[in-house]
Amino acid sequence: MSAWGRSAAWSAALTAALVAVVVVSAAIGPVRIPPVEVVKAVLNALVVPSGIETTSQGTGALMLPSVTLAYQSPFAFPVDDVHQQIVVGVRLPRILMAALVGFALAAAGTVMQGFFRNPMADPSIIGVSSGAAAGAVAFIVFPVALSATLTLPVVGAVDVGLSYGAGVSLFAFVGAVIAAFGVYAIATRHGRTPVATLLLAGVAVQTFLGAVISYLQLQAGESLRRIVAWLMGHLSGAGWSDVGVTAVVVPPLFVVLLVYARDLNVLLLGEEEARGLGIAVERTKRILLGAAALITAAGVAFAGVIGFVGLIVPHMVRLVVGPDHRVLLPNAALAGGSFLVAADTVARAGSTELPVGIITAAVGAPFFVYLLVTREVHEL
Amino acid sequence: MTADSPALSESASAAGDSPAPPPIEVDDLSVSFGDVPVVSGVDLGVERGSLVGLVGPNGAGKTTVLRAIKGTLSPDTGTVRLDGDPTTALSARETGRRVASVPQETTLGFDFRVRQIVEMGRTPHLGRFDGHGPDDERAVREAMADAGVARFADRSITEVSGGERQRVLLARALAQETPSLLLDEPTASLDVTHAVRTLELVRDLVDDGRAALAAIHDLDMAARYCDRIVVLANGGVHAAGPPETVLTATALRAAFDAEAFVGENPATGSPTVTAFDAAHPDAPTGPDASEGDAPRRVHVVGGGRPAARVVARLSAAGHVVSVGVVPEGDTAAGVAVDAARGAEADGGDAEASARVVTAPPFAPVPPEREAEAVALAREADVTVAAGGVGGDERDARGGSGVNAAVLAASDRVVHVGTDGDARAAVRGIEPDADGQ
Repeated sequence: MSAWGRSAAWSAALTAALVAVVVVSAAIGPVRIPPVEVVKAVLNALVVPSGIETTSQGTGALMLPSVTLAYQSPFAFPVDDVHQQIVVGVRLPRILMAALVGFALAAAGTVMQGFFRNPMADPSIIGVSSGAAAGAVAFIVFPVALSATLTLPVVGAVDVGLSYGAGVSLFAFVGAVIAAFGVYAIATRHGRTPVATLLLAGVAVQTFLGAVISYLQLQAGESLRRIVAWLMGHLSGAGWSDVGVTAVVVPPLFVVLLVYARDLNVLLLGEEEARGLGIAVERTKRILLGAAALITAAGVAFAGVIGFVGLIVPHMVRLVVGPDHRVLLPNAALAGGSFLVAADTVARAGSTELPVGIITAAVGAPFFVYLLVTREVHEL
Repeated sequence: MTADSPALSESASAAGDSPAPPPIEVDDLSVSFGDVPVVSGVDLGVERGSLVGLVGPNGAGKTTVLRAIKGTLSPDTGTVRLDGDPTTALSARETGRRVASVPQETTLGFDFRVRQIVEMGRTPHLGRFDGHGPDDERAVREAMADAGVARFADRSITEVSGGERQRVLLARALAQETPSLLLDEPTASLDVTHAVRTLELVRDLVDDGRAALAAIHDLDMAARYCDRIVVLANGGVHAAGPPETVLTATALRAAFDAEAFVGENPATGSPTVTAFDAAHPDAPTGPDASEGDAPRRVHVVGGGRPAARVVARLSAAGHVVSVGVVPEGDTAAGVAVDAARGAEADGGDAEASARVVTAPPFAPVPPEREAEAVALAREADVTVAAGGVGGDERDARGGSGVNAAVLAASDRVVHVGTDGDARAAVRGIEPDADGQ
């Protein structure tokens, strides 16, 4: 079977597993809801466009036709209203957020491990997580009102604003991108970015940002608790709007990474070899690095620093499906989604909710040790 | 064959000049790392159907030249053309379709299977989402069979030996199906069987119309398989041409700073090179050293292997050696003939081959032969008595009257024991060796 065919077969299996994990997770919580009812509630919430309605209305000089899509819900299973609300309104956005973040981090981790030719690399290696943390903490300590009233020519005055949570995410995202770009710029000389230099520049920037974060924590006062929660990684409070934004950002970046999966295989032979095999090395590295940094930033911007997902999931999946990135990348991403959903379910199932970062680290560290002890670790 | 593909002849006609441009053409190439020049002014070309060996001491820039050709190094000056087009104008993908390289070493951390590594050789021929077509399958299968890796195609690359790994890299390069091949020490970690098999394979590919450029340390292998040899030394091309004209004692002494005896391999007929450490590594360098390094006329008396070793060693050190009288077909005579041929190829004395005086074995030495040998000994600066010849015992028995006569005609005689300590001979002939 071709690599892509093998990849599709594995992906089908892992997608099914992800769906199952999501359903089971949605059934678990203070209120236990049978999985069948979860499925019915989700189906009830599905809407499909049924038609277009046009109404001629407008203000001012222009009469703009207003186009609205009409939706209808194809399913109407009898489900307890409270259960319907818990599943769709409370649990599902959080679970889908976990799936997206896990997907993004595992995909980025897979790419970084291939990129650095080191199975111990993880998505935060080029400073993305530190940058996100610094951005988020800076916003928490010095919140600025992110609202403005814009006067647009046709529509008139429009209020544009971001909620506090969205502000944290935005700053985290911007911080992550700036940090990654800074690391890249430091490591690039004459159009070339040696991987070793990149790694060391990442360490330097992470160390510096660590100092910045520590200083900000000292200045935090009242909001220290919030900072600690963010830094430990969390998925509580995820709403549909957060899911929507992440779901728009992550998939296109993932597609970019997938398109370069075979190039990543060849890069594993070394850059000079890759050049000899027809890969435009520096351009490919820039694209991979950029997409991996952005997808990581999208993952951590909302959820904070969640460790080990991007490290151990690619590693585990590689043990099963082998190192070919055409198979490894999509399946590591899907497994990452399942893993984080499961970890977050554990985090919220107890009497006191734990930050999910604690669960992933608690599961991940022993696994990491297991890898170190049982498997030959190449090129460390 | 890829070399005859329409695309190539098209680019040839586009170039407008005579038949087809050579697959590899390097013109006035200079590369430096920072401020340190590595090579400068390198010109070389590899024709279709030709295997060119790149030899030279460590650090001479062999790998640098290969890297410049495959486009991973950008030269300071000069151009590299592949099938007529400068590498700077070619995309990585296009370069990957024209030239494949077998690296000296590679890092393969993740455990790809051997087959997957070889399949990567098809990368320059595939579109981004193309699967492997029948052509690719065939190329991979043939490459694995040719390189002898099919047997362990499903093993992990991290589990195969160093030699097997090098053959996997060769298979990958073959799967690229390029008109040109670059090989950097392709036999460095191979056992003798696989080294020969690898070069035979490259030879076959070349005979089928490909062009190959190989950096090779083993001069005997280079001489045996290459059509031409390019000697890189001191930052440039030191010599270039067919092995017989390039691999000479003089050229090797200058390029490698080593004393080398170049003979003819009786099994293959190709030149065979034996290098010696410089005889006097402690000798002062500079103007004072010139006298000691100056070539001298040396006559060697005695036959068999001890004398042969002395002749080889003295020739390698650059001395002009004559031998006699020895029986026809004697080992020492053969070595001396090889040495003389080398000297001739270096543009030396064409009469040198006459400097071996032989006589039919198991018969008295004809007087005219004895006279020839005596004359050679007389004109020599030093005479070396090898293998115990001229020792007191023999003289007392009168067993070698001819040798005694030759030695008597010499200004100065150095005795070397039956162990044929050739180093001692080289030391012994130095002007100041016995206080002269």
